Amino acid sequence: MKLRELLFPLLAVVCAFAVGAIVVLIVGDSPLQVYSLLLGSALSWPDGIGYTLFFATPLIFTGLAVAVALRGGLLNIGAEGQLYVAAFATAWVGIKFAGLPSFLLVPLCCLAAVLAGAAWAAIPGVLKARFGSHEVINTIMLNFVAVALVGYLTQYEYRVAGDPIMESAPIGETAHIARLGRFIPGLPERIPLNVAFLLALVALWLVYVLLWKTKWGYEIRATGQNPAAAEYGGISIRRQIVLTMAISGALAGMVGINEVLGYRYRYYDGFSDNYGFTGIAVALLGRNHPVGILLAALLFAVLQRGGVPVDAFTQLVSKDIVQILQALVILFVAAEAMFRPLQKWIGGRGKGEAGGKGKGENAMRQEVAVVGQQAGVGKI
Amino acid sequence: MKLELRNVTKRFGAVLANDHLNITIDSGTIHAIVGENGAGKSTAMRIAYGFYTADSGEILVNDEVREIRAPRDAIALGIGMVHQHFMLVRPMTVTENIVLGAEPGSAVALDLRNAAAAIRALSEDFRLTVDPDATIETLSVGQQQRVEVLKALYRRAELLILDEPTAVLTPQEVEEFFSILRRMRSQGKTVVIITHKLSEVLAISDRVTVMRDGRVVGNLKTSETNAAELARLMVGREVLLRVAKSPATPGPDVLTVRNLSVQRVHGVSFDVRAGEIVGIAGVEGNGQTELIEALAGLLPESQVTGTITFSGRDLRTLDARRRREIGIAHVPEDRHRRGLVLEFSLSENSILGVHYRPPAASGVGAMLLDQKAIDRRADLVIREFDVRPPNPALPARALSGGNQQKLIIGREFELPPILLLISQPTRGVDIGAIEFIHRKIIAMRDARCAVLLVSAELEEVTALADRLLVLHNGRIAGEVDPSFATAEEIGLLMTGGRH
Repeated sequence: MKLRELLFPLLAVVCAFAVGAIVVLIVGDSPLQVYSLLLGSALSWPDGIGYTLFFATPLIFTGLAVAVALRGGLLNIGAEGQLYVAAFATAWVGIKFAGLPSFLLVPLCCLAAVLAGAAWAAIPGVLKARFGSHEVINTIMLNFVAVALVGYLTQYEYRVAGDPIMESAPIGETAHIARLGRFIPGLPERIPLNVAFLLALVALWLVYVLLWKTKWGYEIRATGQNPAAAEYGGISIRRQIVLTMAISGALAGMVGINEVLGYRYRYYDGFSDNYGFTGIAVALLGRNHPVGILLAALLFAVLQRGGVPVDAFTQLVSKDIVQILQALVILFVAAEAMFRPLQKWIGGRGKGEAGGKGKGENAMRQEVAVVGQQAGVGKI
Repeated sequence: MKLELRNVTKRFGAVLANDHLNITIDSGTIHAIVGENGAGKSTAMRIAYGFYTADSGEILVNDEVREIRAPRDAIALGIGMVHQHFMLVRPMTVTENIVLGAEPGSAVALDLRNAAAAIRALSEDFRLTVDPDATIETLSVGQQQRVEVLKALYRRAELLILDEPTAVLTPQEVEEFFSILRRMRSQGKTVVIITHKLSEVLAISDRVTVMRDGRVVGNLKTSETNAAELARLMVGREVLLRVAKSPATPGPDVLTVRNLSVQRVHGVSFDVRAGEIVGIAGVEGNGQTELIEALAGLLPESQVTGTITFSGRDLRTLDARRRREIGIAHVPEDRHRRGLVLEFSLSENSILGVHYRPPAASGVGAMLLDQKAIDRRADLVIREFDVRPPNPALPARALSGGNQQKLIIGREFELPPILLLISQPTRGVDIGAIEFIHRKIIAMRDARCAVLLVSAELEEVTALADRLLVLHNGRIAGEVDPSFATAEEIGLLMTGGRH
């Protein structure tokens, strides 16, 4: 990922904060106070940073999930459903094989998370490969199915009798993974930041290697960019669709490791704070690149963590400002065309890529203009 | 109408598209403007039509300086233009399309009846037979082009600019179109034809302007020049228009096709032997695309009937990857759709199809891409096939059409192939590169490769092929010897006529 590519998402974030400041002013508080509360608390040691990294963990996984799918030309809106199914499967294994020693049970639970996520995501993959039904519709629909399914199983099969909360029985203690507080002096163990965060960093690196250093990544990217050319190159598009969705689902499923093995030590129904959907924004802002995804996930985590004191310590602004900021970031990222003149002005080099894309669009605009002008409509 | 461009300069960013052009088009003539892609010929004419505005210089119409700031200024002066890609509204009728933007009648009522009558009269004048009430969708490409011409004439164009008008026409349609142009000239109209086909320049034009790199490099009377001179001016060096080749010495059958049917192909049988080029001529859309894709393994096996044998082995059950593994290379007709991943670098594109096996991939189970080996291969292709600019890190999108094509051909030739399926190898490619590609194809044949060549360019297939099959409506309408057959003979087969 080149530095220049970071410029544009950065601009989007700056713009979002600027507009957010106006919103704060309209509400009647000081933007400076709100932002310093937000950033100050999110980056304080140890509680701020600890929680921020903890919140970033699931977003890294779901951001990667969405990004891998997008690189392969697929829009996976089902990370939410995939991570629920995966978290439940993780807990199920953790309960079922509670007697196993740690060195067996932890990998087994992780495997359950990855496989369950992959399997759940493979369903819309197979449906698309086999019947051509669109993955966007099917992943959205399967979100509802997933939530209902694990909700049902928790309610009727795995809830401890008498427990008023919708949660499963606890997993075996040997399935717990360590909180980072155990290794880092000054970081208390009550902060749920755990080994899964390190796993997320490894996942970032693995996805980078997968996409750009292996033949499978080559096939995923070729299929995403130009399926007809990929087919010509001897790549089976159908196989690619299922495979890419499965990898995407596996990444989403790893959220279950953070949640079940590192945080609550049980399946807790409705635990996800829209991680799957925020993952779409993370991938978008991170430009489907691991480095970008790491930064974007950290940003969203900062917002999430920093929202709490904003709620408590300001006169008028509530923590909804966080959602406004998130929405603004997404809006500005989506409005890429707005920054194009600026981009051209700054990055005169690198014409190859940027100029190339613009060329096609210009050609289209020209054609429209020609028809219009021939028809006497005038300049468009 | 006399049109003159005087010292016209136009710059697009860093590119000087037109550099102090001086072009004079005399009234009542057919004037050809030739040049390679990017020479600036379309830009010059778009300036005359008001689509672009020149940075400096002036435009004179009938010896008077005129401001042409938009196409409507040009139309008002009597200049019309027919673009390479038609600008027609497909579900509407011919009349509706022609009057679009100049609708007759009052503000509230559209008077199409008079318009239709006027169009009928016009089309009779110039013998541009088109039914004014037909919808565009039902018309052939040649007829659609006539609608475009009528549209300009309806707006009282005295001078008509045609951008690559014959690219989409069959040889017969070209002839008819040329007689329409001659009729227009005899009625006092002026015609400017932008093209890169030298045979057409010589056949139709009175004068010819040659452009290269944004400059006018020649202004000639057509009767006093020839194809070799024009090609030399266009390219800037001597060009062999017809590549020299020795007679083929075919070996054993490499590809045997019997009774092959798929979509638009109906029961086709032929053989291709080692060391020969079998050409397939035909108007586009007569089954060439499907035939080649079926042979390359890009169509589902269930759709293909008949037998395809490659060196004695049944091909039908093999997928595209296996076919490439046993030595079948494929240069697809559409380099943007099939041949390249435009966002990928030249390096990445240079391994498409062999990316999964050594030397491109290495390590356990050949799972890791070997960047060094890939770069070596890319360098080789770039060097051997003169791909410019020679920077393997550039995205394929940044290359010109000719260089993209050379990259694809280079990649496929490196396979190396026992059978080469090659479709439209020089479409949209400059003359200089065409010569280069033709020589490479013949060299491949001389290296005992079996070549199946599909091209819509009759000159190309007749120049390269050792045997020529003509495809019409998915059937082989005949086989001719390309060194003796005339264009008329082949053209007749292409349209389904018999000897």
